[in-house]
Amino acid sequence: MAPFEPAALPELLPVFYRRLFPHGPYGRWLGYGGVVKNYFQLREFSFTLRDDVYVRFQSFGSPQELERELQKINPYKIDIGAVYSHRPNQHNTVRLGAFQPQEKELVFDIDMTDYDDVRTCCSSADICSKCWTLMTIAVRVIDRALTEDLGMRHRLWVYSGRRGVHCWVCDDAVRKWSPALRAATVEYLTLVKGGADMVKKVNLSYPVHPFIRRSVAVVEKYFEEYALVGQDILGSPESWAKVLALVPEDIREALQGEFPRRKDSVQRWEVLRGRMERTRGRGAAPCYADWEIMLQFCFPRLDINVSKGVGHLLKSPFSVHPKTGRISVPLDLQTLDQFDPFAVPTITSLCHELDTAGSDGEQEDVGETEPKRRARDYKRTSLAPYVRVFEQFVEGMESARRGERLRRSDIQGDF
Amino acid sequence: MWARQSGAPPPHCRRPMAAREARLIAEVGVAGGAREAGARAGDRLGFSLCLGGRGSVSWAGAGGGSGAAQMEFSSRARQKHLRLAGDRRELYPHSLQFYLEPPTESISLVEFESFAIDRLRLLKVVENLGVSYVRSTDSYKTKLENELRKLKFPYRALAEDDYEARRKDHISHFILRLAYCQSEDLRRWFLQQEMDLFRYRFSQLTDGLMQKFLEHVNLSFEAVSEDLKTELANELCASTPGLSLPKVKEQMFYKVGLADAVDLFRTRRVFVKDGFAYVPFKEIDVIVLNNYRTKLSKALALTARSLPSIQSDERLQPLLNHLSHSYVGPDYSVQKNTGKISLEQIDSLSVKSFPLCMRQLHKALRDSHHLRHGGRMQYGLFLKGIGLTLEQALEFWKKEFIRGKVDADKFDKGYAYSIRHSYGKEGKRTDYTPYSCMKIIMSNPPSQGDYHGCPFRHSDPELLKQKLQSYKIPPSGITQILELVKGMHYQLACQKYFELTHEVDDIGFSLNHPNQYFTESQRLLNGGREPKKELSTSGNSQQKNNSQESMNLNSTPTSSNTTADTELEGLEAYFTED
Repeated sequence: MAPFEPAALPELLPVFYRRLFPHGPYGRWLGYGGVVKNYFQLREFSFTLRDDVYVRFQSFGSPQELERELQKINPYKIDIGAVYSHRPNQHNTVRLGAFQPQEKELVFDIDMTDYDDVRTCCSSADICSKCWTLMTIAVRVIDRALTEDLGMRHRLWVYSGRRGVHCWVCDDAVRKWSPALRAATVEYLTLVKGGADMVKKVNLSYPVHPFIRRSVAVVEKYFEEYALVGQDILGSPESWAKVLALVPEDIREALQGEFPRRKDSVQRWEVLRGRMERTRGRGAAPCYADWEIMLQFCFPRLDINVSKGVGHLLKSPFSVHPKTGRISVPLDLQTLDQFDPFAVPTITSLCHELDTAGSDGEQEDVGETEPKRRARDYKRTSLAPYVRVFEQFVEGMESARRGERLRRSDIQGDF
Repeated sequence: MWARQSGAPPPHCRRPMAAREARLIAEVGVAGGAREAGARAGDRLGFSLCLGGRGSVSWAGAGGGSGAAQMEFSSRARQKHLRLAGDRRELYPHSLQFYLEPPTESISLVEFESFAIDRLRLLKVVENLGVSYVRSTDSYKTKLENELRKLKFPYRALAEDDYEARRKDHISHFILRLAYCQSEDLRRWFLQQEMDLFRYRFSQLTDGLMQKFLEHVNLSFEAVSEDLKTELANELCASTPGLSLPKVKEQMFYKVGLADAVDLFRTRRVFVKDGFAYVPFKEIDVIVLNNYRTKLSKALALTARSLPSIQSDERLQPLLNHLSHSYVGPDYSVQKNTGKISLEQIDSLSVKSFPLCMRQLHKALRDSHHLRHGGRMQYGLFLKGIGLTLEQALEFWKKEFIRGKVDADKFDKGYAYSIRHSYGKEGKRTDYTPYSCMKIIMSNPPSQGDYHGCPFRHSDPELLKQKLQSYKIPPSGITQILELVKGMHYQLACQKYFELTHEVDDIGFSLNHPNQYFTESQRLLNGGREPKKELSTSGNSQQKNNSQESMNLNSTPTSSNTTADTELEGLEAYFTED
């Protein structure tokens, strides 16, 4: 299959927006059931067009109008912003200071470059199957906290298209959260602190908060495979020196002596972990260096700026990544561990699939409506499973809304 | 600008406004729809003020969003009914409140003014105490309680018939809101003091009263059942710092929404499950306080945004303006000890009993035989306040100025006139009062070549330090003073200066006025008696007449003054300033 060429985008995008982009469920998502008047109309979209032309404060009267516009201008990239006090495309007519963002999904952006200090296989924009596990761990840790601790129900995890993941939390109440509350959430979810000049970035003390304990339990499931085997962090004296720098001095020396006598990272880790567990069992001065190491190497690193602002724009699901050509597809949490970012369809591969499918002898039925044809179109491509995940997500919210309406009418007694 | 969607004015203000009637309608509401700048339908947005023709003030509560009209009428009607029914306690069931509902009754202008000033006094005491004492200590609490009692605000949580105090508390808060919403600095100050006041009052409640109050303000968080608590005991213990397992068992926990417990949530100092924070009883006051701060901060911002320029009435706006800049204390305009100071004493008095600002002005005058206008006003009025008669003042200034570049004739024509003016003997005969600390600190900052102002406020800290060193203030004292200056507590810095120069531990009073500094200093140095007058040869014949200034003065009218009331400043310009 031909690799993705950015130069081909102007040809491919029109096909994408006519035949592949899931306009239907997309509009149902952002309409939020029409419960709040004008919710869709007050939403900001921003588009990146060819030659890096960037336009903000786009808004549309309906999902159909959005669809027409996308098919007309074929943006390279779509960002979703906040729901504003007035229609964003009329913001210039509003009195100064009165045009304000009102609501938006709570979003998280986890980027692989933030882990460069603990990755040995790749750096900056590169990713490989070995370090992708970090994203898997990040999704698991954060999602657990979002559901169990914060009680959030409607979360959409999306592959960013190159080197990270995004999360969109769409619960009604959460969309109204203030910047302070959003920032507080990120702080609650932050354990790795410090920049290049900080050697030890995670410091735990007794008693350990349940959030930390539960996060460690998640990380533990992946740690051996990822860190000890894949990254081999205790594989050589140079690499284990970095790890031992995070251990208290008195224990460090003992381990320095022990490590050369073991044959691989897995064994050496056992020694270290054993030591730590013994300090905790004794009840004297409990040491959590093993947890701290696991967290420093694996715990998710969030960008607070993305989550804090209500008006902050974030790349839309099903947007194309202009550099890799990959579609920002939703992640299926059931099969998260098997997700392979390199198997995510690119716009090139999808269009190719359409061509192949089209030439399979199927006659185009001229009387067929456009949406129907499109529904069949993407189904014939590898985009299908991802759209299915997205539809399930939207259906989840719709059924929750129905349930809420029923509950309310029960209480009020009107049927 | 009316807050109701319909655009109709509140009924009691519907009578047509005649220009002759001293009628003001100051509207504090929200222009436009309920979605204005983050406001939501149903928010309480402000209240409108009607100044009645006979010096009465009444409020009309106003709300945003549809249905507010009905809400408002019924709430007002209900309140009126309650008052009539004599059950006043229903109006203010608790000794403290969140000030969510504006007052709805009429009060006299006199009460309006006195309530506002009393609350201002209270908040200033709150500020001073907050700097001088740790808030949880007994001395802080006792002093604050005394002040509350003195000013007739609610001071005891349990007091049954506290209606008058609670009403005063309620009304005065809303008046000060109008005055203090108008700039970022004022809002910050007001918010800080109101929060400290609230924190104190809340801490005085018994558990039972606290529970009732929380229910009243709809902050009654769901208590965690014993069963659930047992189930979660270990988690609660691990999440909540400072709580061992037995303590967890005996303390009550509450399920609080994350938005209400942001700080505890953010720093992971509570157990969080299913979107709720499990907060122990001992942290509830933090939550309540945050809630109060959020509400008040939002209310102030909304009030500021929608406060229109108040039209025409000259009674209200000046009061509101000056409240935020006011000095509330004796004005030192009429002195009992007039004439008790002789000119020869001034040099030594300036070192012993003058506050730093006046000491600095005196020295500058002696050194350069001149002071510019700002300095002459500040120092001249101060001297009047400590008891210098008009003749003494004329002699004092003339002697000094003649040693400078000014000849006697020019002095008599210009400077003498303005000195007499400031004693109320010329022009519109206003008896100008000596400047308070507030006025000196906040208005007319000095420029190059000026020596007036407040040294703690206007001097470069390094220069201030050198000056204090030259006055032989001990280094530790200088450090303390500079700390206070850094914290912008200028009057407290001056108080510290007083303590250090008089070698006392506690100044014993709250400094607001340079003349107060002088009086207190003299009292201290003379063992509680009135200032002694040293024998002097200067012609001062006012000894016997202590109560008021003598009237047999030879006022030499200047020939240049032909118009009736020339303002002082205008005249000064005539005598070319340097």
